Amino acid sequence: MKVAVCINHVPDTETKIKVSSDGVSIDKAGVNFMLSPYDEVAIEEGLKIKEKFKGEVTALSLGGDSHKETLRKALAMGVDKAVLLKDEGVRDSFGVAAGLAAELKSLSPDIILFGKQSIDYDGAQVGTLVAEMLGMPSAAVVVKMDVEDGKVFCEREIEGGHEVVETKLPAAFLAQKGLNEPRYPSLKGIMAAKNKPIEEKPAVAAEIRVETTAMKKPVPKSAGKILGTDKSVVPELIRLLHEEAKVI
Amino acid sequence: MSKVLAFAELRDNKFKKSSFETVKAACGIADRLGVEFAALVIGSGIESVAKELGNYGAARVVAVDEASLATHSNTAYAKIIAEIAKKEGASLVFLPASQMGKDLAPRVGVKVGAGVASDCIALDVVDGNVVGTRPVYAGKGLIDVRVTTAIKVFTLRPNVFTAKPESGTATVEKVSVPLTDTDFGCVVREVKVAEGRPDVTEADIVVSGGRGLKGPEHFHLIEELADVLGGGVGASRAVVDAGWRPHDEQVGQTGKTVSPSMYVACGISGAVQHLAGMSSSKYIVAINKDKDAPIFQVADYGIAGDVFEVLPELTAQLKKTLGK
Repeated sequence: MKVAVCINHVPDTETKIKVSSDGVSIDKAGVNFMLSPYDEVAIEEGLKIKEKFKGEVTALSLGGDSHKETLRKALAMGVDKAVLLKDEGVRDSFGVAAGLAAELKSLSPDIILFGKQSIDYDGAQVGTLVAEMLGMPSAAVVVKMDVEDGKVFCEREIEGGHEVVETKLPAAFLAQKGLNEPRYPSLKGIMAAKNKPIEEKPAVAAEIRVETTAMKKPVPKSAGKILGTDKSVVPELIRLLHEEAKVI
Repeated sequence: MSKVLAFAELRDNKFKKSSFETVKAACGIADRLGVEFAALVIGSGIESVAKELGNYGAARVVAVDEASLATHSNTAYAKIIAEIAKKEGASLVFLPASQMGKDLAPRVGVKVGAGVASDCIALDVVDGNVVGTRPVYAGKGLIDVRVTTAIKVFTLRPNVFTAKPESGTATVEKVSVPLTDTDFGCVVREVKVAEGRPDVTEADIVVSGGRGLKGPEHFHLIEELADVLGGGVGASRAVVDAGWRPHDEQVGQTGKTVSPSMYVACGISGAVQHLAGMSSSKYIVAINKDKDAPIFQVADYGIAGDVFEVLPELTAQLKKTLGK
């Protein structure tokens, strides 16, 4: 089984956002970057599939040199190969997907895994875009995956429940938290990853289809009132919710 | 003639609230641009339910009604939306940013050569162009986006746009789109509906619990309050990571982003990534022992007290007030 996992390098979840002087992106100064959490789940699923069916897992990331850190983590977790599709410029979801799809076409994996979304732009598009560009079926927000005889049965989260979805292979899957428990890289894995090569090639060019014209911070919610410190203020809270907020 | 098309999602042949919101918002955009509008529904036996969209501003509804479409298939649905968009000459296509809409929009985008602006929370028309505002970094930032392709696709976040019904009538026009087996690359075999409470992304009220609950055995306090209010149950990342609660309840940057009318945070201190996921709630109530907890910085109403004392009292009194 040939598996590809597409991963992204994103600001960590504790990051407080500052708008950069260009007015359309974040100020990256002092920001810690990490492997996007859902992509970590995707890597784990790829490794589990390999453990069951043999084969090879390749991690791909599109971006600048900094993405090597995230590819290095994928190698430390146990993927066999890492490919950096290099582009230091700005791309939208379509541009990222186009770059990945071009490379994946020649790689022709049986299964392509993604995180359900990158936790920077939260577009939740790239995996499904790639699948459509390659003419493949896909399932998004996957919490359970069973691979058997060229078919995959998976469960995906929908509002208030799960859908059980059947697809043929090759196909793409977008991982949601809960699909598995990602492993910690072992010390041996971390050491080995340092010596594994990361293949670098330029990402194919792509047009921009969605342009960011401005970035701003949401208007901060002003702190309200602390009504008290014990249950004696519950009637007052209920009165406010009813009369002032009108939510009950 | 440019046109606006909105896809309205059905589940069990019932419209989702987010479908009404999308139809109404898209209608508003068509009005502002002075162009025609059509809604699109897909499924089996949907002609009568399609009329309901008349109450949300749609005078014309295109219905693709086939027995083979009774079960959802993202590949087939995306093909239909793309075909109808082309046939109608639509230059703007709107979908709800529901799990179904988010799954369909990228495919539609590739098929019609469009850029997709996902999860918009506001729409505006500037010099004849639609500008969408969408949250990034789970709401820590907002960006304005413009789609540069001839056809433009937008998905709209549920629970943000209003959808008050007003009496209106819609003409339903049945259209068929030829489909082959290869269009059904991915098919839903079964839908497992979770019992009882609404999903946090759709609920009008969300009650969430954090580490202050001290253990999974105390979450019944959260559930009881949620049930009295008819709300959904949420959880902080800390308690999901600890295995106290399932992943699908997690609110925050690596969980769900919610914008209910009221969010009740119980025993949640308010980490940056949690605040990102719930700060856009219309009203926030916080109950936490530590009066300096960051959650109080975003709360409209706070009680700096013990959740084990305050929560049962709040539930009991609301039960009386609401007559439950």
